[in-house]
Amino acid sequence: MKKILLVDDEPNIIMAVEYTLRKNNYEVFIARDGEEAIALAEKLRPNLVILDIMMPKVDGYEVLEYLSDHDTLKNTTQTVIISAKQKESDVDKAIELGAKAYIKKPFSMKKLLNTISELIIQKS
Amino acid sequence: MSKIGLIALIFMYLGILFLIAFFAEKNKGSKLVTHPAVYALSLAVYCSAWTYYGSVGMAARTGVEFLTIYLGPIIAAPLWIIILKKIIQLSKVYNVSSIADFISLRYGNSRSLGALVTIVCAVSIIPYISLQLKAISETFEIVSTSTLGIEGSSVITDSTFYIAIILAVFASFFGTLSLDASKQRAGVMFSVAAESVLKLTFFLIVGIYVTYYVFNGTSDLYQQASLNLDLNQLSTINGLSGGINWYFSLALSFLAIFLLPRQFQTSVVEFNNRKQLKTSIWLFPLYLLLFNLFVIFIAWGGLLILGKDINADYFTLLIPLHFGDHWLAIIVFLGGLSAVISMVVVSTVALSTMLSNNLIIPYGFIKTLTKRKSLNNEKIIKNIRRVSVFCSIILAYLLYALFNPEISLFSIGLISFLIIVQLAPSFFIGMFWNRGSALGAKAGIVIGMLIVVFTYLLPFFTENIFSNNQFVANGLFGITALKPYALFGIELLNPVNHALYWSLLLNTGAYLILSVIKKGNYRERNYGEMFVNTSKAVELKENAYVWKGEAYVEDIQNILVRFLGQSKADKALRVFRKRYAVNPEDRLADARFINFSERLLTGAVGSASAKILISNVAKEKPVSLVEVLHILEENRETISVNKSLEAQSQKLIKLASELKSANEELKIQDQLKDDFLDTVAHELKTPITSIKASSEVLTEGNDMPEELQQRFLSNIIQDTERLNVLINDILDLEKMASGRDELTLEYQSLNSCIEDAINGIRSIAGRKNIQVEFNAKKKVFTEFDYSKMLQVFTNLLSNAIKFVPENYGIISVSLEENSEEISCKVIDNGKGIPEEDIQLIFKKFYQSKNQTFKKPIGSGFGLAICKQIVEMHKGKIYAESNLTTGAEMNLKLPKQNT
Repeated sequence: MKKILLVDDEPNIIMAVEYTLRKNNYEVFIARDGEEAIALAEKLRPNLVILDIMMPKVDGYEVLEYLSDHDTLKNTTQTVIISAKQKESDVDKAIELGAKAYIKKPFSMKKLLNTISELIIQKS
Repeated sequence: MSKIGLIALIFMYLGILFLIAFFAEKNKGSKLVTHPAVYALSLAVYCSAWTYYGSVGMAARTGVEFLTIYLGPIIAAPLWIIILKKIIQLSKVYNVSSIADFISLRYGNSRSLGALVTIVCAVSIIPYISLQLKAISETFEIVSTSTLGIEGSSVITDSTFYIAIILAVFASFFGTLSLDASKQRAGVMFSVAAESVLKLTFFLIVGIYVTYYVFNGTSDLYQQASLNLDLNQLSTINGLSGGINWYFSLALSFLAIFLLPRQFQTSVVEFNNRKQLKTSIWLFPLYLLLFNLFVIFIAWGGLLILGKDINADYFTLLIPLHFGDHWLAIIVFLGGLSAVISMVVVSTVALSTMLSNNLIIPYGFIKTLTKRKSLNNEKIIKNIRRVSVFCSIILAYLLYALFNPEISLFSIGLISFLIIVQLAPSFFIGMFWNRGSALGAKAGIVIGMLIVVFTYLLPFFTENIFSNNQFVANGLFGITALKPYALFGIELLNPVNHALYWSLLLNTGAYLILSVIKKGNYRERNYGEMFVNTSKAVELKENAYVWKGEAYVEDIQNILVRFLGQSKADKALRVFRKRYAVNPEDRLADARFINFSERLLTGAVGSASAKILISNVAKEKPVSLVEVLHILEENRETISVNKSLEAQSQKLIKLASELKSANEELKIQDQLKDDFLDTVAHELKTPITSIKASSEVLTEGNDMPEELQQRFLSNIIQDTERLNVLINDILDLEKMASGRDELTLEYQSLNSCIEDAINGIRSIAGRKNIQVEFNAKKKVFTEFDYSKMLQVFTNLLSNAIKFVPENYGIISVSLEENSEEISCKVIDNGKGIPEEDIQLIFKKFYQSKNQTFKKPIGSGFGLAICKQIVEMHKGKIYAESNLTTGAEMNLKLPKQNT
């Protein structure tokens, strides 16, 4: 079972996404801010991270940076951004920092699932 | 000391002076050479050998009257400075190089007047110079002890002749370094200042010697003098006639301090910065006072020791010699030599400038100079000046050789004063009365001179040289009313003051009457206006003189090249074009260029010649008096228009910078707004995302347990509520900002409002273990909108909750009042507000980057809303912060007296 780390600070969003992912046979872990995300990623080596950008303490960009600079994680772990940030510059920045996909909030669950499964199939 | 030894000493001394002058020329800009004290000390060229030797003689013969010569300048020092300022301003603007130039310029560049003034100066100065030479020769004889060797009987063997020649070399070399005679001569002035120090020091030494060494101080001297001398005559003013004589003598010396060519040279031509006047206003009078400190004592001492039959002029030398102190006599001699040298050098420099620029060039050389094939006239002009220097000194020497040795220094000095003072009416009145005309000035000077000759010179020479008393005793043709010392029966005054009285009276009278009867031409009137309104003229510069006519730039340029040299002329032209932004292509010269060129030429060849040179190539049209005044007015108007334009442009610049800063403020606001919209979008999208996700899950999830379905549904409800709050906040703020919201005021307790607010957030606080306290000593009642203030307090409290640490957080609210205001504080122990954010937090759209709480509940305008509400209540809200103890929000409401 593929491991997915879900990072967001909105409990209601987490709840809906977590439910959907589990139903589609992913192993899901939750982080509520950037700091927690980095700690969990280090520990769990997830196949994929679903990452929000606007979060307290350490924001999504910093997490992205950490992941793509990491010796092993940069090869094992792919990142999908989910954010309310709409500007092209925000998208570009995230892609530059190593995100594999950028999904704007509010998103459709179907799209999120498709993106994730595509990325995971590509990788394997 | 032997003659040869003494001569060697003199030449060594002169050598040192050359070196000093060289040093000063080499170090023109140095602090030492440009020090204001140098200027003040150079003014002391006033103290010539006449002062150095003559005032002792005068004190011995007639008592304290000698003091008038020095008291005049001292008493009038403040007035002297004021008038001098005006003279200096004018002279600097028009490149005036001598008093003849000054007067000639005032009366419309009058050539004949300039020449007349020059002649008056020469007549006054040359005998004076010969007097100085006489002093050197006589003191030389006194100090040199051996009678062996050279005897001063023929020109070839007379050491004075050689000294005179060396002085001429000195003056002609250092005095004519620059073609522009109005430029400063650092070398000459510095050596003069040095000599002033020397002569004062040496004179004080001999004064102290006589008073404290020969006698036992001033009281001893006074006692001995009162026993043996007629002190009554020597120390009082002598009644009414004496008083009047004092008055005239004071006036004489006061006028002379302006008019003597050497004084004009040092005080006006050599002036170059304002500090100099400040220093000289005290230093120069002090110098004169010091110089006169011991005069009376030396005179009394000399009378007591040597008796009345010895030439009292030389007491300063004879007393030390009497006691065998040769060294002191030599020192005194050197001091006297210094006085002579500085006087002779400065006087001849001044005189040579006048002779060349106001007499020789305008009358003899102007045609030659303009028609010569060679373009550079600088050498010729300088040579004319050098020859003038030599001629003046040699003429003075010849006069000296012919002089009756019996004539005292003091009387010759007074003759010089008397003659020079004839320039006073045209000089002084001309500066303050615009109608004074050239004709009046010339007539006044000529008449004054004739009176001086008749009432003083003629009788002086008949008495002293021909020993004939007939003329003085019986008057001209035996008519008693024409007795030279008592014209029309006025016998109260001494001969000098009598001559002064009549000559000045008739001189001034002629000047005034002729000026009124016959108006001067437009040129005189124009310059009259300029001299009277100095500050205007200085301001207007090239615009001050009204010139109408036709001239070509090229012609004038040729003249400038001819008289200033190619490089200086080019430079001047560049300066002019830059100053007035003149098009170099213009072939016709305008008035400004004419005046500018005339000014430049004035420095080189004098004002009269300058005018002639310009008028040779420019057809000047007469301007009517009305026009002169009109155009002057117009010029003034132009200047005032310019000034107001300048003010306008200043205003525009200010306005532009205001606009710029407003624009920057707008940019900041715009940026804040962008940030805000981003935040709003994010805040709106978050609940929408959640709602959308939850709804999708619900539609797909048929197999979902009921409990879970309920949770998703309640999440949706929660998020819609959140959207609602957000939208209401935005609308609230907008409503208050546009002033459409009104308060529902009621007189009620503020305590309960705060308590309600605390109760509202208690559950959130409780969950995070944050302590909230409320301290109020008593109930505070005032008029306010309950729901709005509740919003404020809730906002402040929830903000505090966002910033305090979980589990340790303490928020304390206090409320108190005094007679003027109600004050409420919300203090927390959170992170505090960064200093740079204190002002920003009340702005709309601001969100601190420092929040620890997961997400701002409000969205960035909580405090902005608070501020609006408090201000609607006429109160104020502000933050104080200390990053170590937390934030403190202050809320003040005015106390209502209802």
